[in-house]
Amino acid sequence: MHLLDVSELHTRFHTRSGVFRAVTNVSFSLERGETLGLVGESGSGKSVTCASLLRLLPSPPARIEGNYARFDGVDLLRASDAELRAIRGKRIGMIFQDPMTSLNPYMRISEQLIEPLLIHEKISRRDALARALAMLESVGINDAARRLHSYPHEFSGGMRQRVMIAMALIARPELLIADEPTTALDVTVQAQILELIKKLQRELGMAVIFISHDLGVVSGLCDRVMVMYAGRIVETADVRSLFKSPQHPYTRALQRSIPALQAKGTELYTLPGLPPDLSKPIAGCSFAERCEFATAACRTGESPAVLASAPAHAHACLRAHAGEILTANEH
Amino acid sequence: MSSSDPILELRDLRTHFPMERGLLFKQLTGTVKAVDGVSLSLARGEVLGLVGESGCGKSTLARTIMGLAPATSGSVWLEGVNITAAPATGEARRALQMVFQDPFASLNPRLSVGEALAEPLRVHRLRPAAEIPARVAELAALVGIPARSLGKYPHEFSGGQRQRIAIARALALEPRIIVADEPVSALDVSIQAQILNLLAKLVRELGLSLVFIAHDLSVVKHLSDRVAVMYLGRIVELGSAADVIERPQHPYTRALVSAVPRPDPDGERARQRIVLAGDPPSPLNPPSGCPFHPRCAYALDSCKTTVPPLAPYAGREVACLRVAEIS
Repeated sequence: MHLLDVSELHTRFHTRSGVFRAVTNVSFSLERGETLGLVGESGSGKSVTCASLLRLLPSPPARIEGNYARFDGVDLLRASDAELRAIRGKRIGMIFQDPMTSLNPYMRISEQLIEPLLIHEKISRRDALARALAMLESVGINDAARRLHSYPHEFSGGMRQRVMIAMALIARPELLIADEPTTALDVTVQAQILELIKKLQRELGMAVIFISHDLGVVSGLCDRVMVMYAGRIVETADVRSLFKSPQHPYTRALQRSIPALQAKGTELYTLPGLPPDLSKPIAGCSFAERCEFATAACRTGESPAVLASAPAHAHACLRAHAGEILTANEH
Repeated sequence: MSSSDPILELRDLRTHFPMERGLLFKQLTGTVKAVDGVSLSLARGEVLGLVGESGCGKSTLARTIMGLAPATSGSVWLEGVNITAAPATGEARRALQMVFQDPFASLNPRLSVGEALAEPLRVHRLRPAAEIPARVAELAALVGIPARSLGKYPHEFSGGQRQRIAIARALALEPRIIVADEPVSALDVSIQAQILNLLAKLVRELGLSLVFIAHDLSVVKHLSDRVAVMYLGRIVELGSAADVIERPQHPYTRALVSAVPRPDPDGERARQRIVLAGDPPSPLNPPSGCPFHPRCAYALDSCKTTVPPLAPYAGREVACLRVAEIS
């Protein structure tokens, strides 16, 4: 059985100015110990997908619908609040993007670290503090015994992000959702944090959903990658085939726009236009307006379905499925 | 262009901030040495990349060049003229313009784009009033903002378009040098590419010199002719972009380059990464000797006492006592 199995997830925000379709028809599954990368630009629905699974969005305005989102057999979309509370923070841990605003400034680090243990486990305060100390040490905070009782403002950004990671991992979750955990950090600190997530993953055997817009980070960390655009999955593949033979024109455009992959001085590829307005219905493929390969067929009817093109590789481009777009290797 | 004729020159520039306690009877509790002895020159038409971790002083250096932060000592020379203490509205300041990181915060929300572009022209009396609309339209065209959008306000634009407007505003005064402080860090990858292409085009077509500050080394390498690496207020390595980023010599540059994740799954997994321990030390209380020695794998006792000078090595300049032994 999959650890996580999501089928046809839809998240809509009902606002005064209309219905905003943040996530449309997202289905995926995740095995124990697997690392799944979720890639896309701001507003593509990556964070909303994960927040929907944990039901962290206020409703109204959010409305979450779907067939199911089973975590180890429990349907997260229909679970009672009590069932969810037993899962969140215990079996599923989450690291939020902004370490500056995700910690409570009035609470000592120690109190925030042991909170999930006191809630979810029958454990004495003393034992919980001992585990908090061990956790702080394993996320690489120097002099952890002295810093355990500090307040968040006494820590630098990188250290706060490490505290967030310690909080998410202290209950030894089976699934970690990391929402751009390194975006606000320097590359040197980012490298430390990524090494740490990999090490803890090996030790705890946990699965990870890693949300990022940085293809470089994803390529080093993830087993499989899903690319999102305008609230939908447009391509999903194991990390090697995604980088070696991307199929969907959006994935290709993303790769061609990264300076790291291009020779110095060459003009970087740029996508014309802007992502579509998700509060309006879109005919056909949501990427068609910006796609250099789009034909009239791409702009009509239903949005193209995500279909397999090779083992462990699926995408939602009509023309690539029809073999009408050469892949990079065939040029 | 020859290196003997720099358009901008920094001579032993220092920017220190006193840390004080108390309201009435101020007590000096320390000094933050944000920029501590930087000497640099910029050639005409050159793009100089400035990289380093947050807190290394790269933004303070940019602000000191612009005259937005007063220099404690040392000097800034523009075409052979000392402009360190030049007045904010003078001719010297016009030649230097800045583009900031956050295009959401750097535009006045109550001015339409047309007004925002006209304002510097009026303030500096650069054009007669009758010619201003034509110049505004020209500036908008230069950065790819359609003329029909000139009546719109900043909130009606996306982040990438706002950064274009900010660049147009910097260009309004016909500067010779643009200092861009992380101009693409707040933007999505595909938008980043548009702004990088635009900056490259402007340098090429208008003959601008550019000081380009970024923490993303791949972005810096793409745009820059030369790269300066800063650590705790000092330059530790300076050379051509290809030398510094592809064949780094200073132990800090090596660690920085190796920390950048590359979008190549096989290469990324096979690669040996130098992971630096700890955070950068505080500029309030910098280590003695080489500022990098507490995090350096090669540090000796002499590194704890001697501040290494920036000296020529392997076709670039490196501030490391042991660079010849460890390369």
